[in-house]
Amino acid sequence: MLHAVDVHKNYGDYVAVAGVTLFIDEGEFVSIVGPNGAGKTTLINVLTGLLQPTAGHVHYKGHDISGAGPVKLAQLGMARSFQLVAVFAELTVMEVLQAASLTRLGRGMRLFHSLGSDREVRENAEHIASLFGLQDQLGVKSGQLPQGNKKLLDVASAFALYPEIILLDEPTSGVSTSDKHRIMETLVVASKEIGIKSIIQVEHDMDIVFGYSDRIVALYEGRVLADGSPQEIECNEEVMRNIIGREPVRNA
Amino acid sequence: MSTPTERTTGSTEVKHPDGKGIGLWLKLALVLLGIVLLALLPQVLSRYYIILMMPFFAYSIALLGLNLLFGYTGLISFGHALFIGVGAYSAAFLMRDGGLEYMEPLILLSVLGAVIVAVPVGLLAVRYIGIYFGLLTLAFGMLFYSFLLKFYSITSGDQGIRVEKPILLGFIDTTGIDYLTGPFYYYCLGLLVVMALVMWRIVKSPFGLTLRCVRDNSVKAESLGIGVYRYRFYAFLISAIYGGVAGVILAVSVGQVDPTMSYWTSSGNLVFMTLLGGFTSFLGPIVGAGAFILLQDQVMSLWEYWRLVFGAILALIVIFAPSGLMGLLTMGWKKVVR
Repeated sequence: MLHAVDVHKNYGDYVAVAGVTLFIDEGEFVSIVGPNGAGKTTLINVLTGLLQPTAGHVHYKGHDISGAGPVKLAQLGMARSFQLVAVFAELTVMEVLQAASLTRLGRGMRLFHSLGSDREVRENAEHIASLFGLQDQLGVKSGQLPQGNKKLLDVASAFALYPEIILLDEPTSGVSTSDKHRIMETLVVASKEIGIKSIIQVEHDMDIVFGYSDRIVALYEGRVLADGSPQEIECNEEVMRNIIGREPVRNA
Repeated sequence: MSTPTERTTGSTEVKHPDGKGIGLWLKLALVLLGIVLLALLPQVLSRYYIILMMPFFAYSIALLGLNLLFGYTGLISFGHALFIGVGAYSAAFLMRDGGLEYMEPLILLSVLGAVIVAVPVGLLAVRYIGIYFGLLTLAFGMLFYSFLLKFYSITSGDQGIRVEKPILLGFIDTTGIDYLTGPFYYYCLGLLVVMALVMWRIVKSPFGLTLRCVRDNSVKAESLGIGVYRYRFYAFLISAIYGGVAGVILAVSVGQVDPTMSYWTSSGNLVFMTLLGGFTSFLGPIVGAGAFILLQDQVMSLWEYWRLVFGAILALIVIFAPSGLMGLLTMGWKKVVR
């Protein structure tokens, strides 16, 4: 579904991603792990078309999307959320979800229609809000939500595009431990409901990574150190010591 | 401090998801009252004050457009008087050289002029934000000002061009009546009401909501599939159209066009009016235009260094009342209600 072939990304002399090849299939939940500076966010930014790779290609559903830009990718069914919460601070929860529904339906350019009387957009927004447990906060300005709910809203607005694949950059960072599992549970249930085929996430919390992923990709200094199921990664001594910071599981 | 019983009955903290309620009807009533008052002014005010008020309509229309950029899209233009200038000079040329004497085609053709200028300026400027957007628009405004000043054979330089009084709605001309304080006053009032209604529709439309997304976080907006430049560009075009209309009625109400109309101080005045009235509110800029004109008249007659007073006022607003007069009014009203 999403193929990255020998992707490189340099910032001047600094090599952030040094030849990553990655295949994401339909139905997979893939976690990308690695220490700070391993190139995780850069890789996500290349995969979502925000950054043009220095070398290599990214293919999505048969299109070469290297540097295609987020707008084009959103139209092709790829969405993302951000590491630092990105919401429209002055807009209410309802308005944020309405805006996302508008772009999905291609109605953003309607100049003289009344937004309030567009029932489809309204119901769409309300549906997404209820999937994420935000239905009681529709009138609250996004900037005034508690941190955990801001994260949820950021993810919810991406889900409101009904994407086929979604890339989540640290969906639970900056959120309390109790909120982390709430967010992940919500996310998994919502993605089934919406029909999202694949999820790629960057995550530091190893309980989350091992608890939810079908596959784990370990990055180290811009390269793929290991790529396998949670069970395989658990047994990989190099990855467990250098990235996860735990003792590997010994084969008895 | 409110007691628990007050907290359960008082609904100031609880917001209806639509933001509607009694407040909406009150606002509507106040707006209608404002329109009625404006309509009655020529009956009660002296001619001096009515003539003084004429630019109010032009500025109000221009500010409706400017605030679509500033308040709703987050782009601050320091050269918006460019479009007032283009509208005003287009009208002057059309009357002087084209012999056109009807108001409606004058407005349409002058708006076309504003759009023709706005397309290249907008395509370039919307790629920048913040101070860079501001400086680019300022630069284009000054470019046009220089053109007006230097191309004497076309523009008559700093002498400007005299503007005749066009025929309104195909049959109202200047014979036998006081044109400016009579029909033209009501024509401008009508135009302002119509253009405000259209703008209200735009800011409450899907397009308006999308602009506010672009304003609050353009990176997030792009990730939702919103083509940020495209939306900024259309907002820019719409604001230019409003500027063009404002230019035509300013030209007619002053009876003269001259280069200072698009000088940077004129653009600065527009920004001042917006801040004075409050850019966070739809009608704020219109309140700002009225307050600006009255204040300028009063302070100018008292002291020749009136700009000094205005500078101090601007500083006070930015520091103490960032949402302007409308912000103060709303705050005062909320206190009264409590």
